[in-house]
Amino acid sequence: MIVYSLCFVLFMVGLYGVVTRRNMIKIVIGLAIMEISIFMFLVLIGYIQGAEAPIITGHETAVQFVDPLPQAMVLTAIVIGLATNAMLLAIAIRIYKNYGTFDIRKVNELKG
Amino acid sequence: MNGMSRIVKKVTQLLVSIIFMYGVYIVTHGHLTPGGGFAGGAIIVGAFALIILAYGSDALKLHKEEAGSSASESLSILMVLILAVIGFFVGGMVFFNNYLPTGVVGELISAGTVPLYNIFIGMEVAAALLTIFIALVIFKEESK
Amino acid sequence: MSELVPLFVVIPLASAFLIPVIGRFVPWFQKSLTLLVLLFLTILSLSYLFTNTGETLAYKVGGWENVEHVPIAIFLVLDGLSGFIVLIINMLGFLSAFYAVSYINKYTAENNFYALLCLMIAGMNGVALTGDLFNLYVFLEIAVIASYALVAFGIERNQLEASFKYQVLGGIASILILFGVGMIYWLTKTLNFADASTILAQHAGSPTVTFIQVMLVVGFGLKAAMIPFHAWLPDAHSSAPSPISAMLSGVLIKAIGIYALIRLFFNVFTISSEIAIVITTIGALSMVIGGLLALRQWDVKRLFAFSSISQVGYVAMAIGIGMIVIARGGSQTVASLAIAGGLFHLINHAVFKGLLFLNAGAIEYRINTRNLKEMGNLAQFMPWTASTSFGASMSVAGIPPFAGFFSKLLIIIAAIKGGFFFLAALAVLVSVLTISMYMKYQRYAFFNKAHSEDRMKIKDVPFPMAFSMVIMGVLCLIMSLLIFPGVREIILDPAVDVLMKSSAYATTIIGM
Repeated sequence: MIVYSLCFVLFMVGLYGVVTRRNMIKIVIGLAIMEISIFMFLVLIGYIQGAEAPIITGHETAVQFVDPLPQAMVLTAIVIGLATNAMLLAIAIRIYKNYGTFDIRKVNELKG
Repeated sequence: MNGMSRIVKKVTQLLVSIIFMYGVYIVTHGHLTPGGGFAGGAIIVGAFALIILAYGSDALKLHKEEAGSSASESLSILMVLILAVIGFFVGGMVFFNNYLPTGVVGELISAGTVPLYNIFIGMEVAAALLTIFIALVIFKEESK
Repeated sequence: MSELVPLFVVIPLASAFLIPVIGRFVPWFQKSLTLLVLLFLTILSLSYLFTNTGETLAYKVGGWENVEHVPIAIFLVLDGLSGFIVLIINMLGFLSAFYAVSYINKYTAENNFYALLCLMIAGMNGVALTGDLFNLYVFLEIAVIASYALVAFGIERNQLEASFKYQVLGGIASILILFGVGMIYWLTKTLNFADASTILAQHAGSPTVTFIQVMLVVGFGLKAAMIPFHAWLPDAHSSAPSPISAMLSGVLIKAIGIYALIRLFFNVFTISSEIAIVITTIGALSMVIGGLLALRQWDVKRLFAFSSISQVGYVAMAIGIGMIVIARGGSQTVASLAIAGGLFHLINHAVFKGLLFLNAGAIEYRINTRNLKEMGNLAQFMPWTASTSFGASMSVAGIPPFAGFFSKLLIIIAAIKGGFFFLAALAVLVSVLTISMYMKYQRYAFFNKAHSEDRMKIKDVPFPMAFSMVIMGVLCLIMSLLIFPGVREIILDPAVDVLMKSSAYATTIIGM
C-alpha cells in the first residue's frame, strides 16, 4: 500500500511543479513527473508478490507470472510520453527564440 | 557547438560501436528477451547522440542528416504497414497476421513475423529519436 | 464488410507516412493523395450507413478469436454511432483539405501540413472505431499530438503560446485519462469495452467506480473544453490555420471529447444518475458561460471559438438529460428524443462551425485581419463568403428552416418533456444570445460601411475555398432533412439506438 501512496505523492510533486513553476522547462519536467507516477502505478497494478518475469525460456520454475499487459501498456505510454515531451520542448525552444525568455509570465499575449 | 576534449572523443570512438552492437542485439532478440524494437532503437540512437555531443554539430553536416533520418523514419514505418498488409492478403483478411512458420521457442529465428516487426520498429524508433535530437540541436544553432 | 473496418485507420496512417517520402519528389502528390483518401473514406462510411441493417461490424486485430466468450483481441467496432462519427470526421476532413489546397499557399512545408492532417484523421477515426480502453488512449494521443503541431504550424508568437498552453492542459488531461484506464484495468482485469462493462455492472455504484468516472469526466472534459476546463480552447482554435480550426472545432473536440465520453458512459459504465447530473450541469454551464464570453469578442475566430464551447455545451446537456431520464427509469421516448437532439446538434455543429471557421479564413486570406472592427461591406466583394456565412450564422442561431433550428428544437422539447424547465429556459436564452452574437458578426463583417477605401480592390476567394464553403453551406440547409422520417432511419436512428440499448453493445461483442 505504501508504494501506491508513494505514486500519489509523486503525482502531487509533478502537479505542484506544473502549477507553481514559471520556467517552461520546469513545467515540462513537472508534466513528465506526473506521467511517470502514472506509469509506476500501472506497473504496480500488474505486480504479484513472488511471481516471475513473464518470459518463456523453456525451464521456468515459478508457478506464477506477473501480469505482462500493464508492462506493454507502460511501454506504449512511455513512447507517447516521449512524443509529447519532445513536442513541448520544441515549442518551448521556439518560444525562447521569439520572446527571449522561458518565463511563462512574460509569454502572455493571449488572454485565455 | 564545438566538440568536447580529446579524451572524450577518443572514448567515444571506442564506445560507440559497442553501444550500437548492444542496441542491435536488443532489437534482434526482442522476441526472446526483455526489450525489443523500442528499447533497442533508443539504445542505438544513444550511440549517434554520443557522436554528435562529442564531436560537436559543426563537424557533422546536420541539416542533411535530419532530412535523411526523417525519410528513413517514414520508410521504416511504411515497411511495418506493408508487413501488416501482406499479412492481410496471405492469411484470412487479418492485419498483423503471423504468416511465417513460428519455429522453436528460444531460437533466434522463430516466432514468425515478430522479429521483422521488431527490426523495423527499432529502425523507426532510432530514426525518429535521431530526428528529434538533431532538430533540437539545430534549433539551438539557429538561435545563436 | 467487417474486413474493411481497419481501412479507416490504416489508409490515412499510411498516407501520413507516404507523403513525406514521395511528396518531396512529386509536386501535387500530397494534396491529391489526401483528397483521394478522405473522399474514399467518406464514401466508405456513407456506404456503411446506407447498407446498414442494424448489425455491428467488429474486427479483431491479429485475428485472435474470443476464448470462452472472453474477448482477447483488440476490437475495432463499427456500429451506428461509430459510423455517424466517422462520417463527420472524414466528410469535414475532405472539405477542409480541399479548402486548404489554396489556403495553405500562405505557408511553406505543405508536406508536413498534409501529413499531420492525415495523422490527425487516422487518430480520430481510431478513437471512433476502437473497442479497447488502452487503444482509445493511444489513438487519442495520436490525434492530439498531431493537433498540437498543427496549432503551432505558423510558428509565430501567438501560435506558439497557444500551442504550449494547449499542450500543458492536454497533457494533464491525457494523464488523467490514462489513470482512469489503469484504474478500470485494476478493477476488472480487462481492457475490452464489452468485457469491462459486464464486470463493471457488478460494481455499479461502488466508490471506486465513481472515482474512475470522475477522473474520466475531468479528462475528457478537458479534451472537449467544457467549462470550467475551457481555458485552452479559444487560444488554440483561433491561432491555428483556418482549415485546422475548422477541424479542431468541428470535429476534434467532439470525436475525442464528447464521443469518447458518451461511448464510455453509455456502453461501458452502468448509467448512474449522479454522473448524469454532473454532465448535464457542466453542459449547461458551458452553454451559458461560453455564450456570455463570446458576446464581447471582436476577434472573429475567438468569437467562433467561444461559441463552440457554448454549442458543445448544448450537446453535452442534451446527452446528460437523456442519461438522467434513463437512470431514473423515465420514459424511453423522452430519453431517445434528448439523445437524438444531442447527436443531431453534434453533426450540425460540425458543419456550421467548420463553415464559419472557413469563412473567417477566407476573410483573413483576402484582407489579412481577424478584427471585426476592421472589416465592413465585404458582402459586396465576397459574395460566396458572405452568402455561405449567412447560412451558417442562421443555422447556428437556430432560424428555421436551417438545420440548427431543428436540433435546438429537439433539445428544448426533450428538456420540457423530461421536466427540466429551467434547462429548457436556459437553452432558449442562450439561443437568443447566439442570435445576437452572429448578428453582430454579420453586421460588422459584411454589411457595415467599409473600414477603409483600399478594400475596394479585393475579389472573392479562389475556387477550392469557395467550393468547400458552398458545399458546407448547402449541407447546413439540407441537413434539416435528417430529422424527417425516411432519412432519419439512415443516419440518426442507428446512432441513437446504440446509446439507448446500452447493454446490447457488450452482448454483441461477447457473442462473437
